[in-house]
Amino acid sequence: MLDNAMIALLGTSIWETLYMVIVSMILSYAIGIPIGVILNITSKDGICPNRPVNAVLGVIVNIFRSIPFLILLIWMLPVTEAIVGTMVGPTSVIVPLVVSAAPFVGRMVESSLSEIDGGVIEAAQSMGSSSWQIIYKVLLPEAKPSLIIGAAISITTILGYSAMAGIVGGGGLGAVATNYGLYRYEDEIMLITIVIIVVIVQIFQEVGMITAKKLDKRLK
Amino acid sequence: MIELKHLSKVYTNGQTKVEAIRDINLTIEDGDIFGIIGLSGAGKSTLIRCINFLERPTEGQVIFDGVDLGTITHRELLKKRQSMSMIFQSFNLLSQRTALGNICYPLEISGVDKKEARERARELLKVVGLADKEKSYPVQLSGGQQQRIAIARALATNPKVLLCDEATSALDPNTTSSILELLKEINRSMGVTIIVITHEMKVIEQICNKVAVIDNSRIVEEGPVTEVFTAPKSQIAKQLILPTNQGVPEAEGFRCLRLVFDGTSAFEPIISGLSRSCDTNVNILGANTRNIDGVAYGQMLIQLPEDEAVTARIKEYLDQKNVKYKEEGLNVG
Repeated sequence: MLDNAMIALLGTSIWETLYMVIVSMILSYAIGIPIGVILNITSKDGICPNRPVNAVLGVIVNIFRSIPFLILLIWMLPVTEAIVGTMVGPTSVIVPLVVSAAPFVGRMVESSLSEIDGGVIEAAQSMGSSSWQIIYKVLLPEAKPSLIIGAAISITTILGYSAMAGIVGGGGLGAVATNYGLYRYEDEIMLITIVIIVVIVQIFQEVGMITAKKLDKRLK
Repeated sequence: MIELKHLSKVYTNGQTKVEAIRDINLTIEDGDIFGIIGLSGAGKSTLIRCINFLERPTEGQVIFDGVDLGTITHRELLKKRQSMSMIFQSFNLLSQRTALGNICYPLEISGVDKKEARERARELLKVVGLADKEKSYPVQLSGGQQQRIAIARALATNPKVLLCDEATSALDPNTTSSILELLKEINRSMGVTIIVITHEMKVIEQICNKVAVIDNSRIVEEGPVTEVFTAPKSQIAKQLILPTNQGVPEAEGFRCLRLVFDGTSAFEPIISGLSRSCDTNVNILGANTRNIDGVAYGQMLIQLPEDEAVTARIKEYLDQKNVKYKEEGLNVG
């Protein structure tokens, strides 16, 4: 039933979800950008080709990407407890979310960077740029629009993961859907949570696309 | 001054080895506009990338201002590259930066402060004639304008040498000429040594004072442009330099004979000889020939008379003189 208490619960859950998603997003990018950059620059055609580093990092990324999120979430419970001191609640979900999303973000970043024209990088090298200068003055700025589109996709994925966390006590909209929609057969509540999640995804997606378009100087 | 000594570059791909350039020896003096011409695949691009060590040569030395680039540290090499700029066929501007931002880039990385960099960039925009485009992004500029911005960017750090990798190959003929004039002007007014890689004869003709011809990974001929162009020795140089059928019109409406002078016939007054010995008037429809060291090269298109007997005599005369010909025009399949 949609009474005042339920509306208040939904309100709190929306905030919990946004909190989980946004904090996880920031941390995933903090880890994912370096991963993506390293994967890009150490590849065969990168600016610092290094096969062992590329191969090892690639394998690690693939391992974490291939573990289904729900399993990772449960498997990581002890680690989560060690880091945040609890196994339940939105903050505890951030740990597995980041572990799962960072490798995904890394691949997204890698693919955005690989879209950059090799000629531009070569020009930067011909002007005496160091590798570090190429990374933060050429690779990342040139890939900015593509990185933002990637972020819109990543945030949708993280939002989806965060809802799964509701099943094991993670809080947020996923918990509402599980506790009311699933266990108590309250179809109305289930539907409302779905609609809210869809709306949130739409907003993130649109904001991302519009920002990317606005920032892209390649479009006249 | 740049000296290339026994420069070779071999690419190894598994078992196969590809020799991109082989034993290149060249000296480029200060103030030269030095052209390196060759067909695609000859090794030109590898050669120019070995000069600034974008490609590390597998053998040999590049000596730039008395310093062997192969012996210095990576950091020193990066410093050296600031006095050895490069421009490219595809311009390679940063798409997310304005024209001004692009020109500021090399200054930023060499540690010039932002305000000073902007001032210098504005000066350079004037030099390349695009002072009003500082806020434009590359996508808003034409090819010629983009190349001008690339040139301004290359000049920002006051280089001694400018390497041009097929810099005009993506441009139309008029724009090509104006870019070449700009390069010439830069060479003259700033004393920048220019090395030009191209497959186009007219680029060399328009701006270079010296030329080297590269074929099959090696330099086959080099010298002052006037010398190499008037008397090319190698087969490839002849092919690149000597006139082809350009400038000779297609046969229209008449029966015509295309005479081909490929260097096997002596340079003698063929046409007046032909006119006299065949007792006929010769109408020349078009010609593009050149006398190089007493040998004729090029093509000529002449109109054939109606009379079959005279036509036969003309052909016989040409056979005697060892001039190759081909009938064209009406009723020729």
